[in-house]
Amino acid sequence: MGVVRTYLDRMARRYAALPRPARLALIVLLVIFFYVLPLLRPPIITTEQIDFGGVMFGVAATALVAVGLNIVIGYAGLLDLGYIGFYLVGAYTTGVLTAYHFAWPFFLVLPLAVVVTMATGVLLGWPTLRVRGDYLAIVTLGFGEIIRLIVTNVGWLGAAAGIKDIPHPPNIGPAPKPPFDQGGLFSIPSLQWDGIIPSIDQGRDTRFLIFGALSAVPYYWLILTFLILILFADRLVKDSRVGRAWEATREDEDAAELMGVPTFRFKLLAFALGAAIGGLSGSLYASSQGGYINPQSFPLLLSILFVAAVIVGGAGSRWGAIVGGTLVAYLPERFREFADFRLLVFGLALMILPVYRPQGLLPPRRTIRARVAAKEIDQLEGRDDAQTEVL
Amino acid sequence: MAERARVLEVDDVTLRFGGLTALDSVSLHIDEGEILGMIGPNGAGKTTAFNVITGVYQPTSGAVRFEGQPLAGLKKHAITRRGIARTFQNIRLFNSMTALENVLVGADAHHSSGVLSALFRTSKHRREEDDGHERGMELLEFMGLTSRADELAANLSYGDQRRLEIARAMATGPKLLCLDEPAAGFNPQEKVQLMELIKRVRDRGYTVLLIEHDMRLVMGVTDRIVVLEFGKKIAEGTPAEIRDDPAVIAAYLGVDEDAS
Amino acid sequence: MDFSFLFTNIVELTITGLAIGAVYSLVALGYTMVYGVLQLINFAHSEVFMYGTFAVAWVFVFLHGTVPVTQSLGSTIGLLVVALLAAMALSAAIALVIERVAYRPLLKRGAPRLMALISAIGASFALSELMGLRDRVVGWVGLRDNLDNYVSKARDTYSNPVTIQPDTVFHVGSYGVKNVDIMVIVAALLMMIALDQFVRRTRFGRGMRAVAQDPDSAALMGVNASRIVRGTFVLGGMMAGAAATLYMVKIGSTRQDSGFILGVKAFTAAVLGGIGNLRGALVGGLILGVAENYGAGIFGTQWKDVVSFVLLILILLVRPSGLLGESLGKARA
Ligand SMILES: Nc1ncnc2c1ncn2[C@@H]1O[C@H](COP(=O)(O)OP(=O)(O)OP(=O)(O)O)[C@@H](O)[C@H]1O
Ligand SMILES: [Mg+2]
Repeated sequence: MGVVRTYLDRMARRYAALPRPARLALIVLLVIFFYVLPLLRPPIITTEQIDFGGVMFGVAATALVAVGLNIVIGYAGLLDLGYIGFYLVGAYTTGVLTAYHFAWPFFLVLPLAVVVTMATGVLLGWPTLRVRGDYLAIVTLGFGEIIRLIVTNVGWLGAAAGIKDIPHPPNIGPAPKPPFDQGGLFSIPSLQWDGIIPSIDQGRDTRFLIFGALSAVPYYWLILTFLILILFADRLVKDSRVGRAWEATREDEDAAELMGVPTFRFKLLAFALGAAIGGLSGSLYASSQGGYINPQSFPLLLSILFVAAVIVGGAGSRWGAIVGGTLVAYLPERFREFADFRLLVFGLALMILPVYRPQGLLPPRRTIRARVAAKEIDQLEGRDDAQTEVL
Repeated sequence: MAERARVLEVDDVTLRFGGLTALDSVSLHIDEGEILGMIGPNGAGKTTAFNVITGVYQPTSGAVRFEGQPLAGLKKHAITRRGIARTFQNIRLFNSMTALENVLVGADAHHSSGVLSALFRTSKHRREEDDGHERGMELLEFMGLTSRADELAANLSYGDQRRLEIARAMATGPKLLCLDEPAAGFNPQEKVQLMELIKRVRDRGYTVLLIEHDMRLVMGVTDRIVVLEFGKKIAEGTPAEIRDDPAVIAAYLGVDEDAS
Repeated sequence: MDFSFLFTNIVELTITGLAIGAVYSLVALGYTMVYGVLQLINFAHSEVFMYGTFAVAWVFVFLHGTVPVTQSLGSTIGLLVVALLAAMALSAAIALVIERVAYRPLLKRGAPRLMALISAIGASFALSELMGLRDRVVGWVGLRDNLDNYVSKARDTYSNPVTIQPDTVFHVGSYGVKNVDIMVIVAALLMMIALDQFVRRTRFGRGMRAVAQDPDSAALMGVNASRIVRGTFVLGGMMAGAAATLYMVKIGSTRQDSGFILGVKAFTAAVLGGIGNLRGALVGGLILGVAENYGAGIFGTQWKDVVSFVLLILILLVRPSGLLGESLGKARA
């Protein structure tokens, strides 16, 4: 743990010290790498028993959710245990509007789902964000459960059977004509590895760009694109009056209010934006490969896993959220033996981390600086084992 | 002293916490451009008076008027935007933010760019950011904190934290600046320096309401003094008048040592 | 909506509501006491209860075997007393573990409240999962076969082999009131009276109230605050163990995740009555139990949980200090 921690800290600091063009180049490379990752299928990290593209889709979806939840928990300091509710609203809005009652086109419904989820966030946040911080956790838990019970019991929303045949996003290029013509503009092959020697895998093509049963990679690309866009937006907003207001509110709500920050409005904003991102992710999930959702797809446990992703990654850090989301979604798929123990392990992590590493694996950069500075002060003062606590 | 505009009027304010009357029919006013001292033994109700003025508590009865307008029912942040800013007896900075960011939060009180401005980096966003940085750095310089601008508030020295609180309050662009024992925990020399600083703050056009325990210091910087004891105003006047007031002497007898 | 159903069954809905409400009250005590002394929500308290329910079932399996039988309350009472003691012991032990692992290290560091809450959430999941994986865990230590009766189908419903047959003791209108419900209500009341007296009269209780009012001056007066905190967890655990026993009498089976919903409801009961207030927990639990039964009667049972959650949200918005007001210290008990 200690080794990982100093290593990560050092990497983060080294990155921060790079000149701007180098940082940019690094990011572009990283982005390209992540787009082609499911085609590269590198040994060790590729899941062999399960479709790797599908796993990567799940990872990206969870990372997206974690980035959204990080706004609520990490930036604004609001512990939302019912975040799954927003994921559900996004998914069901999509299901109802594209399949169950209407047949509207996907790219019209997607923004609608985001808006509906955002409105839900405001509706739930309006009454609940006035209650004390720790009560908020329980109230949001209650709301998450209420939303799930509503879709389970209301026939108009598919009840327990759920909604099936949700259409995929529109293809680019000619539609596939089964059984032989796979449609699309062109094929992109995958690699296969013999030890460390790569070769072209003949049987594993991805048609550009067909959303279908054959390959999950296009879905992954779609959600990765959204994830990148959201990350940019997240950065722009965090680095502005809004981000400062969130942080001030999280640090000391009364003091923030007395410095002219309308804290309630900003908390509501964080809640709404977080909800919108949850809704976006839910909407993409609903129209993903299976095209099928039901109430069991949204257990409250998942909410806690999302919280774990944010806390484990490092609350308040968007890269931390991605790392946390990736761990939560990837580890159980890669290590199937681990899948059954996933909740246990992340439960333990949630329990232990606040004690030993409250700032998470990849804390926000300023937290790193704060800790370095605090350590220096401690050394000057002759102490050695003090830590700054940050949430 | 010439007739000056009244910045703040506290009119017959009473505040009860359950059985305890923390403020008992207190009336006072502050004129534009003056430094009004507020003194009184521990538990006299000084901080409570600040809390009423800044909207933390609603008075049980009575009214607070700022520039002639009643403040009743206004939210705290709205009162701040009207032009009353404060510091805290126990330092309450935003610890995970840098010194400059703390001041920026104050400066943001008069900004209005939201998510969309931030997303599209509109000219309004840039104008407000520039304005905030400029004002923030200027205030940090005024407080002698320029070199600490990028330091986290938590890592500043105690004295710097106290000064940063004042800078943050000034950044909200107040007319009236309320300082709650800004020199608490300072040594005598630092205290004198701070009082000089407060005079300079006034000279920049701020009106100052100052809580301070140390009688001698208060006498040196204030134009007028209000004395509270057990929630009641027991005296009001120029430093010279207060010094000779028998009620004040009685209130401070035996209290003076541990308070100063 | 079906008001006629509510009116024709009002007696039954009230009495069964009071019985399940009494269980909520006992669990709520744990939330309320810990909140009283630490101002923290012990999110993992639901698992303290859940372990108690398993202790009860295990005692029955151990002393009675796995063959399902149905018998009267009277002939089960001896077994029930043993189960009660076992449940109280296991629940108290779990509560202590939570205090030791999820709270004490954080309190020592003066970590933010939210961190303590997150740690407790983690503890809650870890404990619930541990129960759900108990077959694997005993497998690792090689006891899988010996303990099969206790650990098989770890993620499924685990039933008490002895089903208690409710007998009618008297009639109110046309409804025959069952002995099981009476027993549950009376037993819960007795436990609560005992706790109330304990907190009012003993040295420990005085210490608890002192810490609740003001930890610093309590420490000055020589109260050992960390001992009080530990004791508070243990007391809360014992009450949860008692609740678990009564729950098993009424419901008869449990699951690794049965603590979750019950925990939220007990927390609702604590907030409803005024968190930190022992008598508030009693009042809150009983009101909640009856209210959700009435709500289920009107809207249908599938909306029962929604009724409690809505009630929780309403109470937090309208009167966050609860019906009887907050504070262990101020309420004098
Ligand atoms: N929120 C509150 N609830 C109950 N009593 C309060 C509250 N705030 C202040 N008091 C009480 O009101 C009285 C006045 O307190 P206040 O903090 O205003 O005194 P002060 O003059 O600022 O004293 P000091 O010099 O110690 O700062 C005290 O008796 C205090 O205990
Ligand atoms: Mg004071």
